[in-house]
Amino acid sequence: MSIDRRQFLKGALAGGVAMTAASPTISEARENLTMPPKAMGLLYDSTLCIGCKACVAACKESNGMPPEFSSSVPDQLWDTPLDLSGKTKNVIKMYRNGSADHKDVEENGYAFMKHSCLHCVDPSCVSACPVSAMTKDPENGIVKYDEHDCIGCRYCVAACPYDIPRFQYDRPFPKIVKCELCRHLQTGENNTRFQYSACASVCPTGATLYGPTEELKAEANRRLALKAGSETSYPRGKIGGKDSYQGKVGNYIQHLYGDKELGGTQVLKLSAVSFEKLGMRTLPERSFASVSETMQHSLYGYLITPLVVLGGLAIAAKRNVRDDDSSDQA
Amino acid sequence: MLNKYDVSKLEHSPEIDALERRLGVDRREFLKLCAAMAGSMGLPAGAEAAIASAVAGSKRPSVIWLHFQECTGCTESLLRAEHPTLDKLILDVISLDYHETLFAAAGHQAEAARKAAMEANKGKYLLVVEGAIPTKDGGIYCKVGGQTAIEMLKECAAGAAAVVAIGSCASWGGMPSTGPNPTGSSSAGEVLGKKVVTIPGCPPNPYNFLSTVVHYLTFNKLPDVDDLGRPKFAYGRLVHENCERRAHFDAGRFAIEFGDEGHRKGYCLYKLGCKGPETYANCPTIGFNDVGEVSWPVGCGHPCIGCTEKGIGFTKPIHALAELKTVKPPVGYPRVDEERGTGATLAAAAALAAIAGAAAGATAKMVKNLGSNLQVEDQPAGKEKVKS
Amino acid sequence: MSKHAPPAPLGGSYVTPMNVLMVMLMGIAGVVLIVRLIYGLGAVTNISDGYPFGIWIVYDVMVGSAFACGGYSVALLVYIFNRGEYHPLVRPALLGSLFGYTLAGASVIIDLGRYWNTWHIFTPPWAQINSVMFEVAVCISLYIAIMWIEFTPVFLEKFMKKDMKQKLSKWMFLFIALGALLPSMHQSSLGSLLIVFGTQINPLWQTLLLPPIYLLTAITVGYAIVIFESTISALGFKRPFELDLLSRLSKVMWGILVVYLVMRFGDLIWRGALSEAFNPNLVSLMFWLENAFFLVPAVILASESNRHRPSHLFLSAVCMMAGTFLLRINSFLVGYDTGTGWHYFPALSEILLTVGIIAVEILGYIVLVRWLPVLPKVDAAVAK
Repeated sequence: MSIDRRQFLKGALAGGVAMTAASPTISEARENLTMPPKAMGLLYDSTLCIGCKACVAACKESNGMPPEFSSSVPDQLWDTPLDLSGKTKNVIKMYRNGSADHKDVEENGYAFMKHSCLHCVDPSCVSACPVSAMTKDPENGIVKYDEHDCIGCRYCVAACPYDIPRFQYDRPFPKIVKCELCRHLQTGENNTRFQYSACASVCPTGATLYGPTEELKAEANRRLALKAGSETSYPRGKIGGKDSYQGKVGNYIQHLYGDKELGGTQVLKLSAVSFEKLGMRTLPERSFASVSETMQHSLYGYLITPLVVLGGLAIAAKRNVRDDDSSDQA
Repeated sequence: MLNKYDVSKLEHSPEIDALERRLGVDRREFLKLCAAMAGSMGLPAGAEAAIASAVAGSKRPSVIWLHFQECTGCTESLLRAEHPTLDKLILDVISLDYHETLFAAAGHQAEAARKAAMEANKGKYLLVVEGAIPTKDGGIYCKVGGQTAIEMLKECAAGAAAVVAIGSCASWGGMPSTGPNPTGSSSAGEVLGKKVVTIPGCPPNPYNFLSTVVHYLTFNKLPDVDDLGRPKFAYGRLVHENCERRAHFDAGRFAIEFGDEGHRKGYCLYKLGCKGPETYANCPTIGFNDVGEVSWPVGCGHPCIGCTEKGIGFTKPIHALAELKTVKPPVGYPRVDEERGTGATLAAAAALAAIAGAAAGATAKMVKNLGSNLQVEDQPAGKEKVKS
Repeated sequence: MSKHAPPAPLGGSYVTPMNVLMVMLMGIAGVVLIVRLIYGLGAVTNISDGYPFGIWIVYDVMVGSAFACGGYSVALLVYIFNRGEYHPLVRPALLGSLFGYTLAGASVIIDLGRYWNTWHIFTPPWAQINSVMFEVAVCISLYIAIMWIEFTPVFLEKFMKKDMKQKLSKWMFLFIALGALLPSMHQSSLGSLLIVFGTQINPLWQTLLLPPIYLLTAITVGYAIVIFESTISALGFKRPFELDLLSRLSKVMWGILVVYLVMRFGDLIWRGALSEAFNPNLVSLMFWLENAFFLVPAVILASESNRHRPSHLFLSAVCMMAGTFLLRINSFLVGYDTGTGWHYFPALSEILLTVGIIAVEILGYIVLVRWLPVLPKVDAAVAK
C-alpha cells in the first residue's frame, strides 16, 4: 500500500496539531534569563561624561590593543578610533545638533555616549554562537569570548542588537573583539595599573562607574529621583569606594537604559538627551534570544519531532523505493 | 606700519644709546625684552622693533597707581620681574606719578603729588587700580587720605585716558569678595559703571600687565580684550588647553592624593580639584618668576585654584571638581552616526549590473525562441502539436 | 517512450567554449580565494561589522542551497508522495543539488574567519545546541554526505559494480528519508537564523513564520530549478524537452506557491506590517520586486494551457528563482539595520568569487552529465 497524497496530508496535519498541542510539554516557551547573583557591570552617566576619552585610552592600555587611525587625522600620530572595531573595545561617541553650544541639550547641543559591550542578562550573541565561543559567566555574568573556540562565522556580530562585537576583517587569522569588563585583570598576572575595569578606574568624573549591577541600579535610581540643578555626591571609580565629589545634578531623561531592555543588561546608562539620538535604540523587554530558542526548541526539542517525521518518511520511502526498484530496468 | 621698523636700524639709534646710558641696561637685553613682550602678546614680526622704538623714544606717559583692598601682591609680582631689573625700566618707561608702595613720600605730600600729576596730564594718564573697592555703608571700610576708595577711584578715573584693573581683586572682587563679603567688595569696573581693562590673577603674571602697557605705548591703544576686559593674548585660552600635564588627563592618569605614586610621577591633578578646565589664563605657557614654564601651581604639584575667574577662584572649594568649560568637541570627534562600511564602487556596481542584465537578456531571448528551438518530446497520440 | 529509458552518460566533448569559459572564471575565483587566505576577508570583500554577512553567505550559501533544492523537491514527489512518473527527473536534479550544496558548504568554509576550527561545530563540548546556526550547519553537512551516498549508485553503475549497488539499494530508503527530512530542517532554519536579529530586521521580513516562508520558497524553487535546468539541458544538449512531465511539475509548484503567497501576505496583514511596504525607500522597492517575481508565475501558471508552453514554464521558473533570490537578499541584507551609517555593496572580487563558484557548479554538472549515467538515454539524435 502506498500512501497517497490525501492520506499523507491528513496525517501530516494531524501530526502537526498533535505536535503543537504536545509542544508545551516538550519545551516550555523559553522566558528571559535572569541576572546572575554576583552580576558585575558599569553605570555610564552621560551627563557626567566630559568626552575626555581617558577611558578609550585606558581600555587600549589594559587590553594591549593597537592604535587606530582615522582619515580625519592624516598624521597617524595618535589613536583616533571613530567606532568600535577589531582594534577598539570602547569608544565615546558624540551627538551634536546645530550649533552644538550646550552640553546635554538636544537642540543646538552636544552630548556623549559610551559604546562598549552591555553584558546582557540574556545575550543574543551567546544564543547565536554555534561553538560556545561566546559564553556568559554564571557567577558574575560577564559575557566572555574565547578565540580558541571561535570559527569566525560572525553570527554574534550580526545578532547583537547593540552592534557591539567587532571582527578583524583585515587579518588572515582574525578574532572577534569586544569588551569583557577587564576580566583579565582578575588573574594573578595583572601587570597593569588597573585593579578593575580600566574605563571606570580612570574616569575623572565618575561617568563610568564599576560595581555590582544591583548597587549600580540603586545609585542610578537615586540620581533619577534628584532635582535637576541640585548638588549631590557622585562616586568615582568603584561604587562604594572612598573617592567621590560634589557635583550638580543633570536634567536626566527619566529612564535607566539597560534596566529592562531585552531582559536587562549589566551595563546601565543614564542620559539627558534621548537615548535614540545617542545611538541606543528602543528595544522590547522580551529578549530576542528567548524567541529564537523557543522556536528552535519547539521545532527540534529533544529531536522528538524530527525523529517522528523521519519515521513517517522512512516508511513512505521504503514502500516507494521498493515499488520503484521492481519496475526499474536494471 | 610695522615694516618700517627694522631692528637692525636700531643698532646705532641715538634713542637706544640714551636708554642704555640712562638705565644701565645692555642694548641686547633691552631688545630681547621687547622681543619677549611682542612674543607674549602674539604680535607679528617687526613688532619688537616697534616696541623698542616706542619705549626708547617716546615721552614717558604718566601712570597713577591706586591701592585699595589688596595684599600688594600684584605690585610685588611686578617687582619680581627680572628681565632686566624691571623696576628701573618701569620707572623710566613710564612716569610713575603715584604709587603708595614704591613712593618714598607719604601723607599729604604724596596726595598733593598725585593731584598735581593728574592735573598736568589730564586726559592722558593711565590709571592702574590694585585691590577691591568696598561699597557697603558708603565704602567707609577703605579710606585713603580721608577719601573713601569709591571717591578716590571716581576722581582719578575721571581724567584718565584708560583704566587698568590689575589683579583679581580689582578685576572682579577677588579674595575680599569671598562670601559673605562683609564690606561689599567690588571690582573697579563695577564701581565706575563702565568696562575697564582687567588683568586678573592672584597675582597675575607681571608680563601680562607689562605687555598691555607697552602695547598701549607702542600703538596708542590697548590690546584686544574679551567681554570681561581681559587681554585676549593672555586670557584667551583655558589653562587646561596649554597645561603640560594634559596628556595625563587625556590618558586617564591622575593623582588621587597628595604624595601618592601618581602625584610623584606628575600626573594630572584634575581629581584633586584642578580648575584648569574652567580657568582662562596663560600660566602654563609663561610660568612665574622667570624660572621657566614649570614654575606655576600645577607644575609644582598643586591644582590650579582658578584665581583669575570670578565664581571659581575663592568661591569654589579648592578640591571640588572643575566643570569643563564649553570646549566644543573637535570636528574629528567620533559621531553617533558615523558613516561606515563600503558602498558600491563603480566596478562592482557595473559587474553586478552586467550580470543582472545578461541574465535578464538571456531569459528574454530564451523565452522568445523556445518554440522554434526546443524539441518537445513525443506527445501522447491524439494531441496536437504544442504551442511554444 | 523516453520517459522510462534508463540513464546513460551523455558523452561528447569536454572541451567546449562554455567549459573553457567556466574554467577561466574558476581561475579568477581561485586567485580571489588565495588572496582571501593570505590577507583576510577584508581584502577581497566589503563585509563590515554593520553587514557581517555578505553575498558569500547570503547568495552562495543561502540562495545557492535554495537553488540546490531540486533534488529535495523531486525526491519528496517521487519517494514520499509516490509520484513515480517524475522518476527520470531524480538523477539530474540530484546532481544539481549535489553540486549546489557541496559548493554552498565550501562557501561557508571560505567565509568563516577561523575556518580551522570548523570541526568544533560537530563536537561536544563546543557544539551549542541552542544556536540556529549550529543546527543549520549540522543539517547541511549531514545532507551533503547523504546526497553523495544517494548519488553513489550512479558511480557504481558507471563502474559496473552491480553487487555493491544492490547492497546499497537495501538501505537507500533510509538515506532518502533523511534526504527529505534534513533539507526541511535546515532550509526552514535558514529563515530562523533571522529571528535572533529581532528588530534589526525590517518587519516586512521579521516574523515567526520565517521557517515556513523559507521552506516553501525552497521547495518551489527546487521545482523551478528542475524546469530551468531541463530547459537549458534540452537546448544545450539538443535533447527532447519533457513537456508533459514538467507541466505537471509546474502545477505542483504553482499550488505550493499559492499557499506561500497567502501565508506571506496573510502574515503581513495580520501583523500590521504591510504599511512598511509603502514608504518611499529602497526597502519597499525591493519588497515589491521580490513579490512581483512570485506573483508573475502565480498568475501565469494558473492556466492549464500556459503550463504546456515551454516559454511560459521557463519564464515562470526564472521568476521563481529571482523571487527566492530576492527574499533571501532582502531579509538578510536590504532589510537588516544594526545601526545608522552602515553601507554594504559587494566588492568586485567578492562578486568574482561567487561567479567562480557558480562556474564550478555549471562546469561540474556538464562534465558529470557527460561522464556518468545521469540523464535518461535518448534514442533520437546523438547529443553533442
